[in-house]
Amino acid sequence: MIGIARPIAMLAELTHRCPLSCPYCSNPVELTHKAGELPTEVWVDVFAQAAAMGVLQVHLSGGEPASRRDLEELVAAAAGAGLYTNLITSGIGLTRDRLLALEAAGLDHVQLSLQGTDAAMADAIGGYRGGFDRKMEVAGWISDIGFPLTLNFVMHRRNLHQLPRALEMAEEMGARRIEVATVQFHGWAIRNTGTLMPTLEQAREADAMVRDARARLGGRLVIDYVPADYHAEFPKRCMGGWGSSGFNVMPDGTVLPCHAAQTIPHLSFDRVQDRPLAEIWYEGAAFNAYRGTDWMQEPCCSCNRREIDFGGCRCQALALAGDASATDPVCSRSPHRDKVRALADAAAADAGAALVYRTFAPVP
Amino acid sequence: MMEATDVPSLPRGVRTRFDDVRGVWVLLAPERVLMLDEIGLAILDEVDGTRDFGTITAMLAARYDAPADRIAADAARFLGGLRNRRFLDVVAA
Ligand code: SF4
Ligand code: SF4
Repeated sequence: MIGIARPIAMLAELTHRCPLSCPYCSNPVELTHKAGELPTEVWVDVFAQAAAMGVLQVHLSGGEPASRRDLEELVAAAAGAGLYTNLITSGIGLTRDRLLALEAAGLDHVQLSLQGTDAAMADAIGGYRGGFDRKMEVAGWISDIGFPLTLNFVMHRRNLHQLPRALEMAEEMGARRIEVATVQFHGWAIRNTGTLMPTLEQAREADAMVRDARARLGGRLVIDYVPADYHAEFPKRCMGGWGSSGFNVMPDGTVLPCHAAQTIPHLSFDRVQDRPLAEIWYEGAAFNAYRGTDWMQEPCCSCNRREIDFGGCRCQALALAGDASATDPVCSRSPHRDKVRALADAAAADAGAALVYRTFAPVP
Repeated sequence: MMEATDVPSLPRGVRTRFDDVRGVWVLLAPERVLMLDEIGLAILDEVDGTRDFGTITAMLAARYDAPADRIAADAARFLGGLRNRRFLDVVAA
């Protein structure tokens, strides 16, 4: 355990169920059905174990966490364990009464997703008619109750021009922070690369809009920006570094070092039902596979940025370079950088394709 | 910048907590955790939503027997940083 930091944050993917079906959903392509979800008492125990290991914040996510009827009970259990509780939601499935019950249970913060800034865009992207109006109603309740609010705007080729309005909406809703995240290509998004990948010009435009907005809104609205890494010079650091500050627990109890880790076929993962969480964190094979810098290859091992970005995303390295230990190919120093260029070019050629929405496989 | 009459307070969703696993004080905020050093903690200890910045720095200067202007500069830098991140509300008198 020497040298391995304690985890700070846990992402609890309570369910994969969701009324929306966003074509970039970060859930795995093989979604877990309701029958495979952890029961309440296992989550309650996981929260207690996490707190005892040093986890300070739990992000309750999904799918749509409000699809769990026991959400209020889970929030109470997490808060009772001393964890700072954050609800990551599309808003759909929340009522005023449920929000009041969540407040009473000790919910600290709400992160609300925004698929677009009007009903036409938001409902087309979320694949759910009436979703936008419903969300606006929920946003009103969130601010009436006074929950601290962060808006999350996933940005891509189709809705990038709506960024200025998204910033205005954040202010109107009284959000303290907006996360402007350019779509990442994992899971479902890979099926929609053409329709979703912003052009280089769009990416630069977004950079400029964010720069201006930060200057204008400093001290009023915090803007956390995830630029398009495929148009960047260096990759982004994933999860603060693999196995260094946080982990994800999937609806079926599988513990992952990052969202997309299951796309790396040679890794094996533990489940909370089979092994104590602390053992999974410190000794689990998947967590130790890419922890620190020892696993790196050139050009990462001799690079001055190796402890800044930790070589980028392992899943992207596997997907594009065919080797999960390779330098993330979005890095300008990667010998596979041309594959990212080719992907962007192919995406541009395929920009008119129809969206592929996420769906559950039929129940076996 | 912080004026002597500004009244700082931690907004809902931002709070200090003793992390008994690590044995340190932390500031918990929406999707963020800050480890607090002794100075940061001492400053936040005086932030109660009613004291103004001038009172806070005078109290700290007396307690630590340090020059008031240096304390004010340190505290303004620390609190200003929190304010920029929306971890601190400031009401001007
Ligand atoms: S990305 Fe869309 S479909 Fe996926 S969980 Fe979030 S709201 Fe639901
Ligand atoms: S070579 Fe590796 S460590 Fe260096 S910037 Fe690129 S990805 Fe990061």
